[in-house]
Amino acid sequence: MTPRRTLATAARVLAQLRRDPRSIALMLIAPSLLVGLFAWLFSDQEGVFDRLGGPILALFPFILMFLLTSITTLRERRSGTLERLMTTPLGKADFILGYALAFGLMAVLQAVVTVAFAVLVCGLSVDGPLWQLGLVAVVDALLGTALGLLASAFARTEFQAVQFMPVLVFPQIILGGLFMPRDQMPDVLHAISDWLPLSHAIDAIQAVTAGTEGWDLWRPVLIVGAFAVAFLVLAPLTLRRRTP
Amino acid sequence: MMNNAVEIVGLEVRRGGSTVFDGLDLTIPRGRIPGLLGPSGCGKTTLMRSIVGVQRIHGGRVTVLGAAAGSAGLRRRVAYGTQGAAVYGDLTVRQNMRYLAAVLGVDRREADRVISEVGLSSHARQPAGSLSGGQASRVSLGMALLGAPEVIVLDEPTVGLDPMLRADLWALFRRIADAGTTLLVSSHVMDEAARCDRLVLMRAGRVIAQTTPEALSAETGERDPEAAFLTLIARDEAAHAPSRRGRRGEQGEEGRR
Repeated sequence: MTPRRTLATAARVLAQLRRDPRSIALMLIAPSLLVGLFAWLFSDQEGVFDRLGGPILALFPFILMFLLTSITTLRERRSGTLERLMTTPLGKADFILGYALAFGLMAVLQAVVTVAFAVLVCGLSVDGPLWQLGLVAVVDALLGTALGLLASAFARTEFQAVQFMPVLVFPQIILGGLFMPRDQMPDVLHAISDWLPLSHAIDAIQAVTAGTEGWDLWRPVLIVGAFAVAFLVLAPLTLRRRTP
Repeated sequence: MMNNAVEIVGLEVRRGGSTVFDGLDLTIPRGRIPGLLGPSGCGKTTLMRSIVGVQRIHGGRVTVLGAAAGSAGLRRRVAYGTQGAAVYGDLTVRQNMRYLAAVLGVDRREADRVISEVGLSSHARQPAGSLSGGQASRVSLGMALLGAPEVIVLDEPTVGLDPMLRADLWALFRRIADAGTTLLVSSHVMDEAARCDRLVLMRAGRVIAQTTPEALSAETGERDPEAAFLTLIARDEAAHAPSRRGRRGEQGEEGRR
């Protein structure tokens, strides 16, 4: 792995994205529209958006980045370009980190746009500082990117990548604390939810919106970050130069 | 100095439950244009993938330029052009070339030089996905040329191209080979055999002959390469009739792959 090859790969992925306005719109504009729809839905019910708006802010970027990342890397596997790259000095980690950097940059932009929209346009009330909300949103989107990169290793077609949604993503949404606070769940489900990264992503967002400080805020942020790093470390290990 | 580009001993490969190679031996000397010919499904792509080190193998040894196929030291010395131009369709010709140049640690100017070598200077700013089939093949070939590799492996680079484009591409192959590069090219179109310097004829996972175009027509008495190949197959079947019977089921599978 070398910085030059990793950065060249990131630049190449970004150049490809530039020619794909739909994906850019999906990443940068779609989460704001969904948050806006949510705010509008509950516009007559006092306090609901303030309670659910935060978790929604964690959810949509996570799902979108998961989908986009896994499908984009699969396209590379399918088109033969990855096979060619595997005959060159490009390291497997160069490939994964190149993608992670490119989509990570998009995740940062996405977080800035979505948080700004949620707070300024939709009036989400946040007790903690805004930069913390932005930071947590970035870490959540990076989590989606990292999980997408890892999941794409286990799929052979784009369709199989979409099949991961109900397996890897939906249970995390149901048990994440959005529909029911996690401490009110049956014990077994609560224990399971402790092992799901999205639960901690939602915890972190809720901590910021509630103005929590110190360990109660940074603990979930660190856990989400650790999950993202673990996924990124595992992803190159699942990539194979030799395939059947 | 290693005189063989490729040395294969006892190669065994299984794919999707069927046996592609069951102890294949093959030596390809260095230099010029060796052609790998045979019908679709005979194992050409699997053999090429084994040579460039992206095929999972189940036995035997593949040595390229004296080193184990796919080993780190070979990744600059051996280049691979997959079947169907493996290029980023949404990037321009120049972006495609420059990305691979960066991966190989080759100067950007080298990327531009290769673009003109494969005759695509006027299309350098065009997205690779909008090029014609012949032009896309040239991009793929250009990417294989980057960094001046010693062995270039091209899987069916001329398939589906019209005769004019094929002639152009072969003239380009000839120039590259004349500069000292070994260009291993596969094809299922027997007409292309006449353009190669040496021939490896394959059928159903076996090498049935290693020859030259001249020797092939002299030996079979057929001027037409297609007819010469059919003659060789008939001889091969006669010679291997007893041993072939047991493997018929597997070969049927391969044909459909």
